[in-house]
Amino acid sequence: MALTDEQITGLEEKANDIRISIIDIVEDAGSGHVAGPLDMADIFAVLFFHTLRHDPKNPSWPERDRLVLSNGHICPVLYAAMAYSGYFSVEELKTLRQFGSRLQGHPHRDFLPMLETSSGPLGLGLSQAVGMALADKIDHGLTSARRIYALLSDGELEEGNTWEAAMLAGKEKLHNLVAVIDRNNIQIDGYTENVMPLEPLSDKWRAWNWHVIEIDGHNMEEIADSFEAAKSIFGKPTIIIAHTIAGKGVKEFERDYRWHSQIINKEKEKMALKELRTLGGKIEKE
Amino acid sequence: MLNLELKLNTKLFDKKTEQVPIRNGFGEGLLEAGQKNKNVVGLCADLVESTKMNLFAEKFPNRFIELGVAEQNLAGVASGLATMGKIPFISSYATFSPGRNWEQIRTTICYNDRPVKIAGSHAGVSVGPDGGTHQGLEDIAITRVLPRMIVISPCDAIEAKKATLASIDTGTPVYIRLAREKTPVMTTFETPFEIGRAQIFWKSSKPKVGIIATGALLYQALLAAKELKGKVDVEVMNLSTIKPLDEKAIMELAQKAGRIITVEEHQIAGGMGSAVAECLSQNCPVPMEFIGIRDQFGQSGTPDELITHYGMDVKSIIKAVEKILKR
Repeated sequence: MALTDEQITGLEEKANDIRISIIDIVEDAGSGHVAGPLDMADIFAVLFFHTLRHDPKNPSWPERDRLVLSNGHICPVLYAAMAYSGYFSVEELKTLRQFGSRLQGHPHRDFLPMLETSSGPLGLGLSQAVGMALADKIDHGLTSARRIYALLSDGELEEGNTWEAAMLAGKEKLHNLVAVIDRNNIQIDGYTENVMPLEPLSDKWRAWNWHVIEIDGHNMEEIADSFEAAKSIFGKPTIIIAHTIAGKGVKEFERDYRWHSQIINKEKEKMALKELRTLGGKIEKE
Repeated sequence: MLNLELKLNTKLFDKKTEQVPIRNGFGEGLLEAGQKNKNVVGLCADLVESTKMNLFAEKFPNRFIELGVAEQNLAGVASGLATMGKIPFISSYATFSPGRNWEQIRTTICYNDRPVKIAGSHAGVSVGPDGGTHQGLEDIAITRVLPRMIVISPCDAIEAKKATLASIDTGTPVYIRLAREKTPVMTTFETPFEIGRAQIFWKSSKPKVGIIATGALLYQALLAAKELKGKVDVEVMNLSTIKPLDEKAIMELAQKAGRIITVEEHQIAGGMGSAVAECLSQNCPVPMEFIGIRDQFGQSGTPDELITHYGMDVKSIIKAVEKILKR
């Protein structure tokens, strides 16, 4: 079902709120990542406010879809999406990375039990999502309506573990599994194609018996459509290669790998927040 | 003398005493666990027969997953299954799991608090002819440092079966160490077993030395005790659960005997003996000797040749007793 114009505007507003919070809380924390969280804000907005079957007031609802964030370092976007959808207060976002906070530097279930997994070390999430999808297959065969979503970075595709998981998902024909790759082309040491070339990326997944969809990761309609299309695919898992712009929403950060984990200071925060609050200068008042 | 209260195998010193691979006990235990609890699932990385998971796989094909030679995935997939309420057992050789996939076990299982059960077979040098690459000598060290992990090193096939069955109810990650081909059966199905409980297999009224052994080498320790009978009174403890450590029982033995020797088919660094030393040095310091591998890798040979070569045979244990008595 296509999104209405009103839905698209609503999702864009949510994504903008999420981006503002990311800048705000990462600067407050004095450390953390911005490029990945900013570029995944649109996908998180669609997931949390449109696609996911979940209940923020009842996080342990057994029938919920499962969301596995593999590259845990982009957790500011996860925390912000959770806060705006009502898992906890937006106010709590300010505790990111502080001692005793539920919002650990990388997601940790001991502190925030409503998370599906603790994560951070790269290359582990797809295996866990495959395990969840397998459990669902053992219990419900092909009849389950539950979806397992795994969110991966492109850099972590360099981890061999990811491909071990990809092979198994193809072998087991896990139709209930959808993985999304944040194809922003950057990692800590530079551009992925310089550090360790990943292309031809879609061919690689096809070879492991995955259904491949490529989308513009900032186009709300394409994002929502791809999740919808994945539901009609049987006999194989689906991979959505989402082409994104690292640091999306703040011109100075965009496409520059140095902003993968560079610390933002007060001055950069002010500039970034102004840009986001004025929608890139489209409106005057912040 | 043998502690008959524990209903041990009374024929254990007979030349023709029954010998069974410890991993057989795991296979039988897993099969029974599968019958008892429908949430039990089995995952293997191309070693189904070798780790004795085949019994479970044949009985419950829908609850068995073959992942191919991919131990890192083995741990992560098991974590995901546990997230959905399953009780996954993963099996491979100890050098590969928990060896190769240690970080996956740390992050996705222990840090993530998922009750995955890890069976590491071919631990110790007694694997024999395969040689050093396949002889897991570091697995106790790398598992016992992980928060939440329970570490069990059964002494024989029957104890391995009981440990496997008991592990499904802990709600925690568990590592079960499976060693050695033909291992004398020391216990019986009537011998009590509880995770975290050490047992005195050889008793003395006034012991001068306490020998604490884990795994199949417990048999060598018992043989040493028998040989020393009438010369030096010793007690022999079966410490099959290395974590959590039965500190009370270990301290009682140390207080009673005043000297402790630990015996394990594992690197001395970080192994069971180290765990015992951590406990005693803080609570009840007594002289200690360690029988185990001294910072070396294994090699090909028969189990007896290797145990003798690396100084873990009966003679070496008796020598350690004589040495500690002179200290």
